[in-house]
Amino acid sequence: MSEEAGIRIVVQEAPFDFGAEADAFAAGRNDMGAVVTFTGVVRDVSGGLDGMEIEHYPGMTEKALAKIAAEAQARWSLGEVLVIHRHGKLAPGERIMMVATASPHRKDAFEAAEYLMDYLKSRAPFWKKESAGGAQSWVAAKDEDEAALRRW
Amino acid sequence: MIDVLYFAWVRERIGLPKERLDTGAETVAALVDELRAREERYAMAFSDLSALRVAVDQELTDFDAPLAGAREVAFFPPMTGG
Repeated sequence: MSEEAGIRIVVQEAPFDFGAEADAFAAGRNDMGAVVTFTGVVRDVSGGLDGMEIEHYPGMTEKALAKIAAEAQARWSLGEVLVIHRHGKLAPGERIMMVATASPHRKDAFEAAEYLMDYLKSRAPFWKKESAGGAQSWVAAKDEDEAALRRW
Repeated sequence: MIDVLYFAWVRERIGLPKERLDTGAETVAALVDELRAREERYAMAFSDLSALRVAVDQELTDFDAPLAGAREVAFFPPMTGG
């Protein structure tokens, strides 16, 4: 976990309490008119997913996320930025990650949250391996995730 | 000496997460050539560089990147976070 200039990055195996995190986020700031939160959930697309394992690169993960968050802060008018991302074994329906942004303005908070999501999908060192019916397979990166970065 | 790290299917193909190498390779690409020449499992893992990403000292970079002074190189497939 790193905390500097309103940026909080958490990479952990354990589940997190979305409600408590959302409540605590930007608490006490009366200059932030907009708080946007996003949560990613393990989705069972085919109906046969047993679970997922997320591998990451300890050390680089925290740095990469902090860099993405700092870039968002430089680009938009933001107060706090929060990124929580889990690794290890997860079951369908479990929360994988959460992003929160606080800004005086709604547009900045929304755009910064989207930017964070687009960048962390393909620039933060996480890899997903799905288990279904006894078979395991690495989730392939999507071309559209890479294309999504071009709009910024 | 340099630490070489492998993640996801690259780790599985090579069969280890990390190794310490004595190499004179000046770039990532030269290091990849050295690794490919070692054993079939390395040749397989590095058969298509367009399917791989590389980080030097925990910063994403490309295969032309110099290795002078680097402590850690990591190879992995495109990331799938979020």
